Amino acid sequence: MGLSKLNGLYREVILDHANHPHNKHDIPDATSKMTVHNPTCGDTINVSVDVEDNRIKNIGYTGSGCTISQASASMMTEAVKGKTVDEALNMAKTFSDMAIGKQHPQEDLDQLGDAQILTSIMEFPARIKCATISWWALQRALLKKDDEEEEQ
Amino acid sequence: MANNINDLTADFPVLDQQVNGERLAYLDNAATAQKPKQVVDTLVHFYEHDNANVHRGVHTLAERATAEYEEARKKVQHFINAADNKEIIFTKGCTDGLNLVASTYGEQNIHEGDEIVISIMEHHSNLIPWQQLAIKKHAVLKYIELTPEGTLDMDDAKKKITDKTKIVAVAHASNVLGVVNPIKELAKLAHEHGAVFVGDGAQSVPHMPVDVQDLDVDFYAFSGHKMMGPTGIGVLYGKADLLRQMPPYQYGGEMISSVHRDRTEFADIPFKFEAGTQSIAGAIALGTAVDYLEKVGMENVVAKEQELVDYVLPKLEALPYVTVYGPQDPKKHTGVIAFNMDNLHPHDVATALDAEGVAVRAGHHCAQPLMEALGVSATSRASFYFYNTKEDADQLIKAIKATKEFFNGGTI
Repeated sequence: MGLSKLNGLYREVILDHANHPHNKHDIPDATSKMTVHNPTCGDTINVSVDVEDNRIKNIGYTGSGCTISQASASMMTEAVKGKTVDEALNMAKTFSDMAIGKQHPQEDLDQLGDAQILTSIMEFPARIKCATISWWALQRALLKKDDEEEEQ
Repeated sequence: MANNINDLTADFPVLDQQVNGERLAYLDNAATAQKPKQVVDTLVHFYEHDNANVHRGVHTLAERATAEYEEARKKVQHFINAADNKEIIFTKGCTDGLNLVASTYGEQNIHEGDEIVISIMEHHSNLIPWQQLAIKKHAVLKYIELTPEGTLDMDDAKKKITDKTKIVAVAHASNVLGVVNPIKELAKLAHEHGAVFVGDGAQSVPHMPVDVQDLDVDFYAFSGHKMMGPTGIGVLYGKADLLRQMPPYQYGGEMISSVHRDRTEFADIPFKFEAGTQSIAGAIALGTAVDYLEKVGMENVVAKEQELVDYVLPKLEALPYVTVYGPQDPKKHTGVIAFNMDNLHPHDVATALDAEGVAVRAGHHCAQPLMEALGVSATSRASFYFYNTKEDADQLIKAIKATKEFFNGGTI
């Protein structure tokens, strides 16, 4: 056992996203921004999302965190770019559900793209929050009414 | 009790197990200590033979439970050398004790413009109660900063503590930096300026001899569970004259001498501060933990932990990709060792070490202002207790090396 147990958690694609994150930048004129803190580790993630005609035209994130949270944020931005707001919200729900062990049909998972790999996080209960924090930030950004800040 | 301090596994069955297919090396003692079977047996024995509420019944079980509960209070009194057992208040834990002082003594004695002095290395439990009190009372909260070495800056303490200071509250030992603070000197400074001194003993009482009279602290709080007692029990020591002047913390049963329709006379200390049914079994089992520590001998606890630090700290510091926080000299470092690995987030490190059987804490250790002062968002932390062994230390070092290899030099 030992570290080989972690091969599933730290698959190459996950390490690649963590080391070379996609869309890791702020979008100054985004239509919606959200900052979420993870109080267990002190990490912060800022998601900025630009919605036009109910579709995510552009999305970016900034912040620091562990491999899992960074990879998850990177994959999340790739997965939802170009989707409608409803599609993105459904994906966020699928991801959160999978992370806590609820089953979804394969077509829902396919929607998630690379991000579905991280649903293996449910084997590591202490790390579920790391994977879900960016999806939570996305959800809050898409649903928020004003300039609220949300703590997770 | 097992006689050999280097092999206590017979007393700690929890340590004798495998996690993730590896031998468990439990190095999260600063979060909570494991319980020897003597402590667990006390809990079982109490519930199986003596369970009753205390100070209320005349029946035999109530008398037995009361006698055991009060005996535990005396054990704690002697353990920290308090002058009187009435000065020992049972609480839920260290946090509860510190909140008690802030919301009674603090509420009564802090006024607009007064100063409360704490240190930048405080755990949130010895920070937020004072911060919130200061906000409420329009008082000033001041922080004693660190030296470049990561110890408390006593020159800064002398500047920060002034005649306006009413309360000085500082940890006896840090839960991150692995330093022991000169609280006897701080208490003296506080007294010279007419302030009281509150000590946070969460990380000190389990690990070193503590004499509250010698330290001349006015209040001193600690938790049972970090010294091998159960969770949900803690102790607040306070000087009797101060405790008597303070208003009650909570109202209810057991804390009264007589109640009328329009007024209440409160009980004497310590009962004035023990409203409601306390963790009776917890207090009695804490007494057993005290017995256990006294049998081992606190000087032996200190020596064993120093031996482990002397052994492991240089090995950690020799790894070029590891940064240890606080003093680098093992002689100035307790068994609490916070560290980071280059380019790796502490959460990833802790998951990887866990896969190798090594239990450490990762995060901000409830000390976010300290993390900010250190310029990090989080650290990993290995924390040793006297029942740990060199084998645990070797396993930690080996697991850190394996972690480095697993991530192959690099991720976030």
